Amino acid sequence: MSGPLLQVAGMGKRFGGFVALDGIDLAVERGERVGLIGPNGSGKSTFVNCLSGVLRNETGTVQFDGQALNGLPAYKRTRLGLARSFQLPRPFRSLTIAQNLRIPLVYTVNARRTGRRLTEAAIGERCAQLLGVVGLAEKADRRPSDLTQIEMRKLELARALAADPKLLIADESMAGLSHSEVDEILVLLGRLVDQGITIILIEHIMRAVMSFSERLVVLVAGRKIADGLPQEVIRNPEVERAYLGE
Amino acid sequence: MRTTTFWLLTAAVVAAVFGLSRYVTNDYYFFAAYLVLQYIVLATAWNILGGYTGYVNFGVAGFFALGAYSTVVLHKLWGPPIPVLIVVGGIVSGIVGLGMGYLTLRVRGVFFGIATLALAIVIQTFITNWDYVGGSRGVYIIRPATAPLVGNYIEYLFLVMLILAGMSVAIARTVEHSILGFGLATVRDDEMAAEASGVPTLRLKLVATVLSGALMGMAGAPMPYYVTYLDPASGFSLSYAVNAIAMPLIGGTANWLGPVIGAIFLGTIEQVATVTISSALNLLIVGVLLVFFVVVAPNGVMGMFQSRTRRGDR
Repeated sequence: MSGPLLQVAGMGKRFGGFVALDGIDLAVERGERVGLIGPNGSGKSTFVNCLSGVLRNETGTVQFDGQALNGLPAYKRTRLGLARSFQLPRPFRSLTIAQNLRIPLVYTVNARRTGRRLTEAAIGERCAQLLGVVGLAEKADRRPSDLTQIEMRKLELARALAADPKLLIADESMAGLSHSEVDEILVLLGRLVDQGITIILIEHIMRAVMSFSERLVVLVAGRKIADGLPQEVIRNPEVERAYLGE
Repeated sequence: MRTTTFWLLTAAVVAAVFGLSRYVTNDYYFFAAYLVLQYIVLATAWNILGGYTGYVNFGVAGFFALGAYSTVVLHKLWGPPIPVLIVVGGIVSGIVGLGMGYLTLRVRGVFFGIATLALAIVIQTFITNWDYVGGSRGVYIIRPATAPLVGNYIEYLFLVMLILAGMSVAIARTVEHSILGFGLATVRDDEMAAEASGVPTLRLKLVATVLSGALMGMAGAPMPYYVTYLDPASGFSLSYAVNAIAMPLIGGTANWLGPVIGAIFLGTIEQVATVTISSALNLLIVGVLLVFFVVVAPNGVMGMFQSRTRRGDR
């Protein structure tokens, strides 16, 4: 299919009198690695929540893979191929790690009208494969409460991947991780890109964003103030002002 | 264990219990056992929504009484056999459950609880002011002199409730181990993450509410024949809601066995206390046991057994 994978036009969202998003335009091409940065409270998470259907944007339109998303509930967007991970990991605590991955396989992959339905054996195989990719194979039968912080983040990514997405929005999946752990996640994301998944990376760790992104978008106070090559964007005076002050 | 095996096993248990009951000659035991079985149905039904999805329904009495009053209406119109009454009671309560769910399942926690309580009060007010079913005066139901199959009417009611209890437990267990059950567990754990994983949370919650409400209505349908006199105060008694919530909490809400254990345990204690001490003591016993379990075994009797293997889950 031609045209960008994700096309957001004039997205606006208010909470009472507070304008969280103000006319955001964004187009993401297939296979692109986009970094999204902005100071705290700039509207990054609201943007993700509007994209994934958790919140309803009051104005603007979202086109994903040639289809209008407006008004679709979150689960339908996931089924269309728009997956996200959460800023704070939100595992299903009463299920094992393997069962956590089963949920998107059963409820997203098998619920799609296109493509084959996975058999019970295929689901198990895919679970094991995903656990291998993120390095959690040994903990398949444990529960999320047994995981460390980085393992939780990996589970979060693995669960998003299990939905077999076209676009993955990784919402601060590295916050609070150590230097080497950040590198681990970066390697993981790189592998996903190689598999043809488009990724929007939302991150505060500049080192990670700069090494991952081929394009950088900056949100400040609900507006997009910059969009372009990472090296040029961080030299943009407006961006410098937002981060460093006058 | 496979689902079909479990259904067969449940049927075997039901048959065995019924077989043993043929040796009982004192009618009182059937009266008492009927109530315990009725609580197995109510507790299991409540747990399908409350335990599996975490949505606390305080309106048990409303669904139960809808089933009972459906019977009253049908009894006055035509007087069909009890299995028909049960099916109709289940359908009526199921439909009301669907409507209630559609209106209230978007709100979580205490708001949902209050909405269900309000629904029960609305239905009670409606019934109290509906003269055809006796209004606040209540209504007498004259039951037939003989019953099908077993002859004695109370034994027949016992058999009916026994089958219903077996069915409810088998349904709850089937749900728990199905894809639906996994979906419901994700709703309980984290609804936003469930949606992000493609789980249609509202639809699953509606299925659970309809199933839960329908089973409660089915439990209520034979009620008028059991008491032979039904008025809103007894049909909508607070004790139904209190018991149906306390029993799963005491037994354990995580799986199908918890409500069964809780219902047998608490239901039997209540029956024994009713004849040995006083019938007014029931709710006090429920209250004290509930407080005890919440403090000592927050995951119920089942949780006490599992705490060693699954420590640190919650």
